[in-house]
Amino acid sequence: MIDGILYASWMFIIAVGLTLIYGVMKILNVAHGSLYALGAYTAAAFAGSWLGHGHAPVGSYGVLLVAGLVVGLIAGPLIERGLLRFMYGREEIVLVLVTYALFLILEDFTKLLFGVDPILVAAPYALLGNLQLGHLVYPVYSFVLVAVSILAGAALALVLKRTRQGKMLRAVIHDREMSMALGINVSRVYLVTFTAGAMLAALGGAITAPTTSVQPGIGAEVIVLAFAIVVVGGLGSLGGAALGALIVGLVRSAAVHYRPEVELFSVYVVMALVLIVRPKGLFAAPEARKI
Amino acid sequence: MGRDRTLPTVWAALVVLLAAGPFLPQWALSFVSVALYLGIVVLGMALLMRTGLVSFGQGLYYCLGAYAAGTLDHFYRISDLLLMAIAGALLAALVALVLGLLLAKYRDIFFAMLSLAFSMILYGLLVKTSVLGSTDGFGLSVKTFAGVVLGRHWVRYAIYAFAAVIAAVCAAAMHRYLDSHLGRLAGAVRDNELRVEYMGASVHRVIHLNYVIAAALAGVGGALMAATIGHVDPETTTNWTTSGEFVFIAIFSGTGSVLAPFLGASIFEAVRTFALERFPNTWQMALGVTMLLVIMFLPGGLWSMFRLSRRGA
Repeated sequence: MIDGILYASWMFIIAVGLTLIYGVMKILNVAHGSLYALGAYTAAAFAGSWLGHGHAPVGSYGVLLVAGLVVGLIAGPLIERGLLRFMYGREEIVLVLVTYALFLILEDFTKLLFGVDPILVAAPYALLGNLQLGHLVYPVYSFVLVAVSILAGAALALVLKRTRQGKMLRAVIHDREMSMALGINVSRVYLVTFTAGAMLAALGGAITAPTTSVQPGIGAEVIVLAFAIVVVGGLGSLGGAALGALIVGLVRSAAVHYRPEVELFSVYVVMALVLIVRPKGLFAAPEARKI
Repeated sequence: MGRDRTLPTVWAALVVLLAAGPFLPQWALSFVSVALYLGIVVLGMALLMRTGLVSFGQGLYYCLGAYAAGTLDHFYRISDLLLMAIAGALLAALVALVLGLLLAKYRDIFFAMLSLAFSMILYGLLVKTSVLGSTDGFGLSVKTFAGVVLGRHWVRYAIYAFAAVIAAVCAAAMHRYLDSHLGRLAGAVRDNELRVEYMGASVHRVIHLNYVIAAALAGVGGALMAATIGHVDPETTTNWTTSGEFVFIAIFSGTGSVLAPFLGASIFEAVRTFALERFPNTWQMALGVTMLLVIMFLPGGLWSMFRLSRRGA
């Protein structure tokens, strides 16, 4: 149960960025996985060198966070302005392929930048020690992860609901052309959205870095899981991403607990089932039929 | 409009391939075989795309075909190439018949996602099935063709020739099919489903049929892959990256002609082989860049180049 929540909160950070980008831009961003990987690598590398120079290990948390956010802040606009901008208006499927191509490029770019050997930075993880819950022992760091994830989700919801920017963003989600006509700078909203999504992905990678070894291929693994979650929750829905992450997280940890051999595909069974029962996901708004 | 030269081109290509085979070095034989079986799979993808659907889970049928061929040899000691291909196609078509009932209701991104989910379910299953070798898969070998024992030196050529014949037959049949009443409905479904229904045709059945055809082609392709490589495993068959590759080649080649998938697959394989040799660590990057260039400058795929040049002439 607790494993499920831990897992869910980790997936949520990644899935929420994906769903945000889809909701606003109608792009199912395959490259999200490589942004996650890029965040993880950068964070691991910088945290490693921070510790290597003998600075206080407490500072490594800050390094992790900053590294993640900065990666998103740089990569996001670069991708949006440099590439995606030219692709708007194409079919959704073509856009999926564009980001798939981007995923391939970034995957190798990451390998070039950081090499192919796994990077291990466990200090921030070990530092916080463990917490005893009943007769189970959990690392405190995992709870920090949950906190960060809830914080990120809450902040995002708040921005969307309360601020001017957020309202404009929701208007764009609702009707792109109409909001354009009302004088909203849609291309700026796109830029901001994509950057925010990229930052979330990179942040997700950065805070995960200490818990595992960072190695090639983590991006590909994460992105299909994130797809599953986003699809379960309904593409483009924030609450859906949270619920989807929770469902997938719980199902997966239940599977790990009781029948470890079905772990991997239990997630996709859930995804297929939800799609069969509610084709547009649990939280999707009904759509008028277009002729 | 000039005369349609697709069919003569298909048969001429087949004759050339068959005649040239015995004189080609080993690497060229495998290269052409790879391009051929990829082309067969993509031929099915192209049919779906004409219908307006993109499957992100074609690896499912590719994998079924490959494993059907593999299990025949591995567990039943049947190492016949012809039987392997038939088994692959049948298994894939059967599964598609069942899943198609469901999938035919889905469109756009949801079709892509559900087909992805199905293929990932198979991936998850295979990875954990130790009888079938889990993540490592298992090896297989081809010894006979339709009962005729193949000499050691002829196995490679036999697979190559068989792939060429199947590819040609599939391409020709697909060309005929696309020209038929049912085949033309595919494009109509993509353009406007509602009107197709008004005219009294069943959108559902068109999609279902095309889905099964595409699956059977992927199954044959998978079986040929297993025969060529001599090994099957989940990672290179049903993981989403493989399905992505098929979509990639399909967009890359375009859906303008039944010849396009084979051209696209050859170029794709050439780029990959070349990139793998030259920059082993960045071959994916080379593929990605090629892909972006094609999407940006040739929205109709490689095949649209021919059409443009013909219009100019």
